[in-house]
Amino acid sequence: MEFLHAFFIAPFVEMVDQPWFLFEVLVGGLSAGVMYSLVALGFVLIFKASGVFNYAQGVMVLFAALNLVGLMEWGVPVWLALILTVIIMIGLAFAVERLVLRKLVNQEPIILFMATIGLAFFLEGFGETIWGSDVRPLDIGIPDDVWFVGDAMLQQSDIFAAVVASFLVTVLALFFHYTRIGRALRAVADDHQAALSIGIPLNHIWIIVWAVAGFVALVAGVMWGARLGVQFSLAIIALKALPVLILGGFTSIPGAIIGGLIIGAGEKVAEVYWGSLFGGAIEEWFAYVVALVFLFFRPQGLFGDKIIERV
Amino acid sequence: MFYREAGVFKTTYSDDMALLPIPLDKFFVLSVIAFMVLVVPFIASEYWLESILIPVLILSLAAIGLNILTGYAGQLSLGTGAFMAAGAYLGYKFVTAFPDINIVVGVLVGGLASAMIGAVFGAPSLRIKGFYLAVTTLAAQFFLIWLFTKQPWFVNYSISGVPTAPPREIFGFLVTGAESNETARYLFVLSFVIVFALIARNLTRGRIGRSWMAIRDMDIAAELIGIKPLQTKLSAFAISSFYCGMAGALWAFCYINIVEPSAFDINRSFQILFMIIIGGLGSILGSFLGAAFIFTLPIFLNNAATGLGLEVSTALIRHVEFMIFGAMIIFFLIVEPHGLARMWSIAKEKLRMWPFPY
Repeated sequence: MEFLHAFFIAPFVEMVDQPWFLFEVLVGGLSAGVMYSLVALGFVLIFKASGVFNYAQGVMVLFAALNLVGLMEWGVPVWLALILTVIIMIGLAFAVERLVLRKLVNQEPIILFMATIGLAFFLEGFGETIWGSDVRPLDIGIPDDVWFVGDAMLQQSDIFAAVVASFLVTVLALFFHYTRIGRALRAVADDHQAALSIGIPLNHIWIIVWAVAGFVALVAGVMWGARLGVQFSLAIIALKALPVLILGGFTSIPGAIIGGLIIGAGEKVAEVYWGSLFGGAIEEWFAYVVALVFLFFRPQGLFGDKIIERV
Repeated sequence: MFYREAGVFKTTYSDDMALLPIPLDKFFVLSVIAFMVLVVPFIASEYWLESILIPVLILSLAAIGLNILTGYAGQLSLGTGAFMAAGAYLGYKFVTAFPDINIVVGVLVGGLASAMIGAVFGAPSLRIKGFYLAVTTLAAQFFLIWLFTKQPWFVNYSISGVPTAPPREIFGFLVTGAESNETARYLFVLSFVIVFALIARNLTRGRIGRSWMAIRDMDIAAELIGIKPLQTKLSAFAISSFYCGMAGALWAFCYINIVEPSAFDINRSFQILFMIIIGGLGSILGSFLGAAFIFTLPIFLNNAATGLGLEVSTALIRHVEFMIFGAMIIFFLIVEPHGLARMWSIAKEKLRMWPFPY
């Protein structure tokens, strides 16, 4: 009885009692969600264009952030370091296409998935061999004051991240809709064979999506790095992007964004209001269980393409 | 020339259905088993038994488990570590609750408990497929590890949270816990592995294994020819988790000698997935080869670095190791995506003709 009360009644009473606190929790969760979305976005781009489930996306976030911080420690100015990192990520895209994807054309999805796990190991080792594995702060001038809205305290950096993320998504959407390359990318996502037959070079497309995903990873890396410092755990946080993906659907960009927001807000609220009931730290698995329950009802995610199976 | 099927005449059905119909194969496998049982305990040093053979054998058992699920039934799982943990924790719970019951039963109970949990987490596989399913198995991974860490009931309210493995005897020899002799422990683990590898091999070539493979190749088509997806998928999950659970219990009781959550984290799941991919999906032999390869590769790289006399910090060695490991994985996938087991069968093909080209 006491448990039922604590489960069904007390949290809601608390929410109504202190609406500003709920607001604060929600905003905190949503901004974490934006971060998840940024990582998930990279996954979706690559999955759409090449059908590869890119496990290395999380490590790419770490790798980009490591490069940025490393270059800045050498005394390179911020803008130049950003440009150099983008160039490195494009180089990485080339290398991945040449050395990995091209050799594994026509293999089963699980083999490609394993190859990206191998890539994740490689990149992690490579980045840390060059730049070391200490935790390093990343300061590129993101504002970190707080604002007060009513009684709630909002981190400026959170708002900044949200603005950057929405800007990025808008740019990507425009890129996909109005440029020649964007159209080619959508064609490939739609049907590989048909795209090939009308003369779209698949290899170039792969390089481009990996480069774009690298760029998205850099943005995510900057945001996470500014928040938590650049360290290995960035790659682990990126695992949280997976439930975001299944919630939103593997093939949908808006799905990645909305899924991220739902997961981010949901897990924060659950942790704050229900966490102590189960002994805390339910954040670790809450997102996955939500995604699991959700998939029972919609196996293709919120916005994913309908799965049609034929014999 | 030396290895061939010609001249082997099968005159009865049982000959035809034998596990190893070719005499040379049979002789080879039996001699490997005899070598492992009779010779290795005498010639292997303590280091080899403790730090290489025992973990490789246990991981092979887990790899067989995952191979049943992923290789034979086609359900990708990233929750192997959690199912191992379920076996370890619930096995520990059983062994400490009933101290007089034989440890073999304890390990089996760990496996059974894990099988039940596996079947529960396998239920979504009826609706969810492919990578979506893989991500939902992560739910099992994170939820179970959290459960075992946060609920003190599972570790008998031990204050440290990581209880030591209880010492238990078989035929008067200690086989679990830190005080036990490594040879006894090795033989204990080895006998489990031999028995259950044999069972797995027979399962996979029987009716149930064939229905798994039909589900793997195309589940809708399999359903149309009368294979029930519910039973088939759930049995794959349950049996796979049973193997993983036993492996987890053995890992805690006979290798690390403590029951701790960090031994079964997500990296363990990935390690075992690597093993079956590198070893060969849908192959029992591949599970062994993959386990040996993936487990010894970092040790080998480490020794190679020190052997070359490189003056580098341990942190750097670890990073470079990661790099080489990742690169090797990619290299192997490119060169032989069907794994070491396929290489083995190619070698056998070659050996058939050798030394003639045709």
